[in-house]
Amino acid sequence: MATKAPDIARPGEQTDSQGPTIRIVATETDMTEAERVATPAPTSVALDFADDQVVFELDGLSCFYGGFRAVNEISLEVPKNKITAFIGPSGCGKSTLLRSFNRMNDLIEGAHVTGHVRYHGVDLYADGVDAVEVRRRIGMVFQKPNPFPKSIYDNVAFGPRVAGFRGNMDELVEQSLRRAAIWDEVKDKLKAPGTALSGGQQQRLCIARAIAVEPDVILMDEPCSSLDPIATLKIEELMRELKENFTIVIVTHNMQQAARASDYTAFLTMGEDRGGYLVEMAPTQELFTRPANRLTEDYITGRFG
Amino acid sequence: MAVSTPRAQALISAAVVRRSLEGGRTDWRSIGFESLLVALLILTLGILAWLLTVVFVNGVPVLAERGTDFLTSPLAARPEEAGVGQAIAGSLWLMAFVVLLSFPLGIGAAVYLEEYARDSWFTRLINTVVRNLAGVPSIVYGLLGLAVFVVALGDVLGPGSASGRSLFAGGLTMAILVLPIVIITSGEALRAVPGSIREAAFGVGATRWEVVRSHVLPYAAPGIFTGTILSMARAFGETAPLILVGAVIGGFNVEYDNVIGTLQGRYTALPTTVYDWARKPPAFSGNVYAAIVVLIVVLLLVNALAIYLRNRFDRRW
Repeated sequence: MATKAPDIARPGEQTDSQGPTIRIVATETDMTEAERVATPAPTSVALDFADDQVVFELDGLSCFYGGFRAVNEISLEVPKNKITAFIGPSGCGKSTLLRSFNRMNDLIEGAHVTGHVRYHGVDLYADGVDAVEVRRRIGMVFQKPNPFPKSIYDNVAFGPRVAGFRGNMDELVEQSLRRAAIWDEVKDKLKAPGTALSGGQQQRLCIARAIAVEPDVILMDEPCSSLDPIATLKIEELMRELKENFTIVIVTHNMQQAARASDYTAFLTMGEDRGGYLVEMAPTQELFTRPANRLTEDYITGRFG
Repeated sequence: MAVSTPRAQALISAAVVRRSLEGGRTDWRSIGFESLLVALLILTLGILAWLLTVVFVNGVPVLAERGTDFLTSPLAARPEEAGVGQAIAGSLWLMAFVVLLSFPLGIGAAVYLEEYARDSWFTRLINTVVRNLAGVPSIVYGLLGLAVFVVALGDVLGPGSASGRSLFAGGLTMAILVLPIVIITSGEALRAVPGSIREAAFGVGATRWEVVRSHVLPYAAPGIFTGTILSMARAFGETAPLILVGAVIGGFNVEYDNVIGTLQGRYTALPTTVYDWARKPPAFSGNVYAAIVVLIVVLLLVNALAIYLRNRFDRRW
């Protein structure tokens, strides 16, 4: 509890222009306990960051797989050089939401979105936006470590190569592996296949591969779900180092991980139609200590999910 | 009888456990089933061994006696002069058609269907048609080749004395015959590449072409090699369509010294030669067996090459 909690702006109150403010759109807090339990509707509690701090701005984003709406009308902002975590029960659309940030869902047959994902103000789904370029700037680390069945070196070098990197590749590979905190473990076997590493090492190799193309954002889709606790802690430590240079958005079903590693947390859950919606987003400490919504409270205290 | 103490009870239950563990009931059904499986295996291998023995016992002496003469001599009316030289050449030419036409076309079609085409009623229709074509009897392809390559295009593909029954006609027919098999096996190899690998490559900003060229195709290569080479072996062993599209039975003279002339000229193949000789007087029977030995050895070599290539390029993920 040592970090300073951002100010919470009540309606009508002046706020410090540096820190983020919490804009409470629905006046849920005025409800009685009974009313809160009875109304599991979205509360639309959104954080409002200074414009130059916003990397992603979601505006009424819905994601569909064919006729099924997996993500329902989500609006939120993702701040720069912070770790933003999405938590929520399985199947609530967290991963789908994350994959809409770099148009990864484009690769899935029948997937489409409505609403807007603005990245530094540019609508990623507007006509003429090149999905390949989007993914070059917004990298991704996946749930299951998926190194290429090639050498460790080639795993890292592939991205820069296709991006037309002209500099010293050896240096870039070393630097990327160092930043992913795996250099010391692999420096003597760069020609060995990436698939021969342990699970935790593979995932750090995948992080090295992601940062080798110098992205702006790294999306992490449950990056530790197949790792043991020690490897998980290593990745979390690494994330904290990486946020100096990158904006990180992580999906996790591990609440402790969100609480430990993230600056902001958004809680999603699913509605009657199994479509996921945003319940609330807040500074992580705030969300875990004083959740604004009963659903969040139930989830983080383990009564649901 | 009442059991006296807890200790006595424990001893009794221990005895019960021991009896059931060590009782050793014989599981007759398992033994029976296993014996049946072994018997079937022996039967299968026995038939194969018998076939091979008959072929080799009758064929090898002829090969040993004639030596390279048998492998290089042309077809002839007299068994002691007749050889499989033209047949080997023809079969190799047919394989060349398959390699040069079916492989690029088939692998290309598979890559398109698996990696590029959207899932629509049209692609589903194409997939269904390809699957059905793979099951069409080869004689039907022979009829197609006869109608198209021999009759309709005969003046171009096999002018003059060949009267349409040219190496072109045979090769193109074979290429079409194995095309569906190449598409299906290549498609399966491509589908076996995990989607996570594609996502990883797309995730660092690769284009679809870069994903296919640098990852999907290399990783699918062992499977594609296996499938395509086995389809080549299939083409090597086909007889029926070749008889329809004019593989020579009997004998002919090779009078061409350039490639186009050869392709437009008459030809024969190993399996058709075996078929032809088998219908001839018994004096030819040694030749038949020897030709079969040659056919089997070449097929084994092709299959061995397939296995070698698969292992050579095999990858793990």
